[in-house]
Amino acid sequence: MQQSNAYIITFSVILTVVLGLLLSGTSQVLGPLQREAEALDKKKQILGAVISGEEISAMSPQEVNDYYTNRISSIVVDINGKEVSEQGGVAVTAETVDIAKNYKKPADQRLYPVFIYHAEGNADQVESYIFPLYGAGLWDAIWGFIALDTDMNTVGGITLAHAGETPGLGARITEPGVQARYVGKTIFDESGDLVAVEMQKGEGKDYSSQPHQIDGMSGATITGKGVNSMLKDYLGHYEAYIESKKSGAVAAL
Amino acid sequence: MSAETVEKAIEKKPAEELLSKRRKKLVTDPLVDDNPITIQVLGICSALAVTTQMKPTLVMAISVIFVVVMSNLVISLMRNTIPSRVRIIVQLAVVATLVTLVSEVLRAFAYDMYKELSVFIGLIITNCIVMGRLEAFALGNKPYDSVLDGFGSALGYSWIILTVAFFRELLGSGSVFGLPIYDTISGLFGPDFKLATNGLMVSPVGAFVILGLIIWVQRTKTGYVEH
Repeated sequence: MQQSNAYIITFSVILTVVLGLLLSGTSQVLGPLQREAEALDKKKQILGAVISGEEISAMSPQEVNDYYTNRISSIVVDINGKEVSEQGGVAVTAETVDIAKNYKKPADQRLYPVFIYHAEGNADQVESYIFPLYGAGLWDAIWGFIALDTDMNTVGGITLAHAGETPGLGARITEPGVQARYVGKTIFDESGDLVAVEMQKGEGKDYSSQPHQIDGMSGATITGKGVNSMLKDYLGHYEAYIESKKSGAVAAL
Repeated sequence: MSAETVEKAIEKKPAEELLSKRRKKLVTDPLVDDNPITIQVLGICSALAVTTQMKPTLVMAISVIFVVVMSNLVISLMRNTIPSRVRIIVQLAVVATLVTLVSEVLRAFAYDMYKELSVFIGLIITNCIVMGRLEAFALGNKPYDSVLDGFGSALGYSWIILTVAFFRELLGSGSVFGLPIYDTISGLFGPDFKLATNGLMVSPVGAFVILGLIIWVQRTKTGYVEH
């Protein structure tokens, strides 16, 4: 059956229009739900740095939202640790700062959100500070959130996520077992220089006496290096803010 | 595959039973005797990629069933109007639209699953099973038969990837559907007893091994020989 060119073109145009309308309609209808799901996912990741993954997965979406509202307050700072409330005439909130987009800008022009985990109903009683992280793994972007205790030195917890690391190797950064290795490590050395926490090459060694080193992931050295430089870079960008909080804490004593 | 194309010339009975013998065969054939993965060796890529755990595999299976059945239905309904010169593009457009729908719905209602599967949901488009059924069957058969045929093929694909995922999750992570089977078993024998998980099963290599074993067992039983 050989159709005329006019028929083929008409058919293609109609098909394209119908499918196009169908897809854009779906996107219109589902869009708000998707944005809600994304916002919820981000809150879960932020909370993941301070409470365990099992606790979070046991919560309903409503409970996650409530918990977040009750326990997290947030500010946005610049590279100098100064609070930023608007950029280009538009008000900025920590929740709406797109870390991935900011990552593309030079470090001194980025916005740096800080999520403050505090006691319920009392925003002044801070329990830990949560900072976002973003960097490059072996194949694609990696990101996460790290929680620092109020001494601004001890790691309280970390969540790590990735776009496309190798399953079973680099993708293991999402495992609770790997993330638990960071807890209790410190990011400043004795002389007060920022050294962050470094994942080592190889796996199975004991680093409990090393305050800035943790066990690596076998077969995922490059992902581990990516995580290391992400930690060092981002904590470095926040250093001014961290220092201000540190001295503030001392002054308050 | 060619066997079904010949079936175009079916008897012109006025009303065939809803589930006649021939129609039942459309569904049951791809389960074992003409299985898309183990016999036709199609769709291997996703069979390797998504099968580390049961849960994402189940979502993948359901998505593939939906896409294959719906695209078979749509293409079969349009089969007399599709210009033969652009039929592959038309099929591709329909399949891509359906896959995008699945991906959008997952993103709205099961975001965690969407994050885990996102790339592979998109790759359903390239799953040879989908296009294979459209070309070989839906273009030349009535809608109802095409739906049955698509359902059979997708089911044949699904049970294989679920079986692979079962063994990979059990041996690789010591659990089934996230339930910690290994921990429960070792709990019965006291604290010193520990079952070791196999790291190979978590990597795609493990899927090759399991898939090879399934094909071996199946071909020994059915006596199928490559020709």
